[in-house]
Amino acid sequence: MTSGSIRHHGIRRAFTTLTIGALALFGGAAQANPHSWQLNLTRGASTWSPVPYHLNNISLAVCTVIGLLVFGAMFIAMFRFRKSRGAVAEKWSHNTMVEVIWTTIPVLILITLAWLATAGLTSWADTTGSQMTVKVTGYQWKWRYDYVDYLGKPVNKVGFMSKLDQQSDDTRQLDSGMDPYAVKVGDENTYLLNVDKPLVVPADTKIRFVITSGDVIHSWWVPATGWKIDAIPGIVNSAWTNFTTPGTYRGQCAELCGQDHGFMPIVVVVKSKADFATWLAGQEAAAGASAAPQTAQAAAPAPVPAGGQG
Amino acid sequence: MSYAATHDQHDDHHGAPKSFFQRWCMSTNHKDIGTLYLVFALTMFFIGGSFAMLIRAELFKPGLQLMQPYFFNELTTMHALVMIFGAIMPAFVGLGNWMIPLMVGAPDMALPRMNNLSFWILPFAFLLMLSTLFLPGGGPAGGWTMYPPLSLQSNSLAYVVFAIHLMGISSIMGAINIIATILNMRAPGMDLMKMPVFVWSWLITAFLLIAVMPALAGAVTMLLTDKYFGTNFFNPGGGGDPVLYQHIFWFFGHPEVYIMILPAFGIISEIVPTFARKPIFGYKAMVFAIACIAFLSFIVWAHHMFAVGLPLGAEVFFMYATMLISVPTGVKVFNWVATMWGGSMTFETPMLFSVAFIILFTIGGFSGLMMALVPADFQYHDTYFIVAHFHYVLVTGALFAIIAAAYYWMPKWTGNMYSEFWGKVHFWCSVVFVNVLFFPQHFLGLAGMPRRIPDYNVAFANFNMISSIGGFLFGASQLIFIGVLIHCVFFSKKKATDRVWEGAKGLEWTVPSPAPYHTFELPPVIHDDELAHGHVND
Repeated sequence: MTSGSIRHHGIRRAFTTLTIGALALFGGAAQANPHSWQLNLTRGASTWSPVPYHLNNISLAVCTVIGLLVFGAMFIAMFRFRKSRGAVAEKWSHNTMVEVIWTTIPVLILITLAWLATAGLTSWADTTGSQMTVKVTGYQWKWRYDYVDYLGKPVNKVGFMSKLDQQSDDTRQLDSGMDPYAVKVGDENTYLLNVDKPLVVPADTKIRFVITSGDVIHSWWVPATGWKIDAIPGIVNSAWTNFTTPGTYRGQCAELCGQDHGFMPIVVVVKSKADFATWLAGQEAAAGASAAPQTAQAAAPAPVPAGGQG
Repeated sequence: MSYAATHDQHDDHHGAPKSFFQRWCMSTNHKDIGTLYLVFALTMFFIGGSFAMLIRAELFKPGLQLMQPYFFNELTTMHALVMIFGAIMPAFVGLGNWMIPLMVGAPDMALPRMNNLSFWILPFAFLLMLSTLFLPGGGPAGGWTMYPPLSLQSNSLAYVVFAIHLMGISSIMGAINIIATILNMRAPGMDLMKMPVFVWSWLITAFLLIAVMPALAGAVTMLLTDKYFGTNFFNPGGGGDPVLYQHIFWFFGHPEVYIMILPAFGIISEIVPTFARKPIFGYKAMVFAIACIAFLSFIVWAHHMFAVGLPLGAEVFFMYATMLISVPTGVKVFNWVATMWGGSMTFETPMLFSVAFIILFTIGGFSGLMMALVPADFQYHDTYFIVAHFHYVLVTGALFAIIAAAYYWMPKWTGNMYSEFWGKVHFWCSVVFVNVLFFPQHFLGLAGMPRRIPDYNVAFANFNMISSIGGFLFGASQLIFIGVLIHCVFFSKKKATDRVWEGAKGLEWTVPSPAPYHTFELPPVIHDDELAHGHVND
C-alpha cells in the first residue's frame, strides 16, 4: 500500500484501526494465524472452517483411543509374557471370533467417520448462491486477484498483483544479516507472511473463488478458510468461503512451484460489508481514473487478460 | 538333516570365485547379489541422509543461512529419489535375494544372470541421477513427484527420466526373478500356504512392481517428449492436462508406497514370532491382509490429489477406498500383538526394532486415516503434517523393518554375532531421536507450515529447531549402525550358531552360519512344525 492519494491514506488508517479493533474484540481472529508452539489446527474464521477442525479433533481422538488400547495391550503382553519372568509360550495361533470382532469394529468406526466427512465435503463443494466472485491467478511467485462481481453486479477493473512484502524479501536473502524476528506489523511477526497488497474481502458474504494459474501449479491456502485448492494452468477450480470475523488472515502457496515457492504468501483482509463497499468504490474509481497510469497499483504490471493462460 | 554333510563335500568345487572382480561384478549367486544390493542401499541411505542433514540444517532457524532456495529444492527432490529408489527399494530386493531362496529351499534365484544385471543397472542409474548435482543448471528441483509444468522447467529432466527408466527396468527384472523363484523353485512340500509371510509379502510386492513401474515409465516418458519433442500431453496450451500426469504418477505412486511397506510387514511377521517363541497369529489372515492391501492400493491413488479440484464423486470414492485400507492394516497390527500375547518374549535388537515398528508405523497409519478424511486433508495437504506422516511410515516403518531384518539375519549372513550392547544403543538412540525429529512436524503442519519451503515464519521456529536437533542426532545414531556392521563382519569373535535365535523357525535356520556359498543343492525335506507360522490348518 504505497498509495500517495489521500483517499488511500484514509483507508489505510481505517484499516489499521479496524484491524486493531478486530484483534481486541475478536481474539479468535488472531489465532487463525500461526503462533509459536501451536499444536493443533486453527478453527479458522469462516462458516465452513470448523469442519476440518472438528474432523481433525474427532479422528485424532478416535485414533488416540485405539492407540491406547492396542499399545496398552502390547505393553501388557511385553510385561507379562517375558521369558525372564518365566513365561512359557502357548501354542495357539488362531481365534476366529477375535479376528471377526477386530475386523468389524474398525469398519463401524470408519463408517461413522466417513459419514461426518462426507457431510462436510458436500457442503464445501456447493459454491451456489455466492454473492461475490474473486478470480485468483498464481504466478511464479506472486498472486493476482481480480474482482469479478459483487452482490450481483460486475466489478469494474479492480485487480492487482500481490507479492511478498519488501521487508520480508530483503530479510530472506541469503546472508542478508537481517533478523527475521524484526519483521513486524504491530506486535505480530509477519516474516514471509505479509504482502505488498492484500486481498480485501467483506465479512458475512459467500465469496466464490475461481482459481487458476499462469505458469506452473500453485496452491492457494489460507488456513482460516479451512481449505486449500490448487491453481492449475488450463483449469479453473472453484471454492467458496464466508468469513465470519473481520481481520487479517495469512496463508502461503502450498504446492511446490519453483525456487521462490516459500516466498509467495497470501494475505486476506476481511472488512465489514460497509467498509468493504467503501474500499471497493475507491478501487473502482481509481481504476476508472486511470487510463492515467499513476494509481495505487503503480507496482503492478498490466492486467493479464481474463480466462487464464493457455 | 543330512544337508551339512552334502555341503561340505562340495564346498571346494563350488566356493566363491577368488578374484574380486569375478566374485562381485560377475556374480550370479543370490547371496552375493543380495549383499551387493544391501551395501548399495546402505551407501544410498547415507547419501540421501546427508541431503536430509543439509535440509534440516537450513531449517534450523528462520532466515536463509546456508543455501539458495533452488538448491534447497534440489536437496528435497534428491533426498526423496535417493531414499525411495536407492535405499528402501534396493534394501528390500537385497533382503529378498538373500532370504527368499533360503526360506523356500531353493538353490538360487530362478534367473541368476538377470539377477546380476538387475543389480548392476542400479549404480549407473544413480550415477546418472546424482551427476546432475554437479552439472550446469543443477539437479531436478521440482520434487520427486516431478509434477509438470514445473518439472519441465528443469534442465536435468532427461537425466532423471533416463535414470528412472533404468531403475524401473531393474525393479521389473528383480520382480520377475522373485516371482519366478517363488512360483517355481520351492522345495517339495513348501506349499504356497506354508511359505513364510516374508516370502508371501515379496510375491505380492513383485506383482505390484510389475504392474506399476511401467505406469511411471510412461508418465516420465511423456514428460520427456513434452520437453524435448514438442508433444503436449501435459501442456494446456496444446490441449494437454497437467492433472493427467498426477493421475498416472499416483497410479504408480500409491502402489509404490505399499511396495515399500509390504516386505516390511513380512519382516516383522518373521521376527515377532521368533522372539515371542510362538507361531504367528492368524497366518491366513496375515497373507490375506497383504493381498487385500495390495488390491486396494490400486484404487486409492487420487487421495494424493484431494486439493487438485476433483469432482465431488471422485473425492468421496477415493476417501472411502482409502479409509478401507485401515481395516486389513489394522488386522495386521492386531495379529502382531496377538502373536506376542501368551508368548515367551525376549528383546534382542531385532525384536526391539520390530516393537518400535509396530507402534510407530501405527502412528503413521493413524495420521494416514486422518488424511483420508477429505475436508481435514484440505488443511493437511502439502503441509509438514504430511511430511511427518510419510516419514513415520517410511523411516520408523520401512527403514526400521530393514534395520530389524539386518540384525535378525546378520548372524546368518556373516556367521558372527553382532554386538548386542551396541545394537541396543543403536536402537535406543534411533527410536528416541527419530521421534524428536518427526513428531514435532505434526504440530508444524497443523499450525500451517507448508512442506518444501526453505524458510518460514518465526511462529514455526521452535518446533523446527527441535526437529533439526532430532534430525542431527538421528543421523549420527546411524553411524553406530555402521560400527556394529563393520564389527560384526570383520571383528566379532562370537560365532553364530546355525539356529542363531532360540525361537527361530524356518528353513533359513537349518543351514550353517554363515550360510555357505551354495545351499539347498538338494531340496530339503520340509517338516511342517519347523515353519515359523506353525500349523496353518488350525
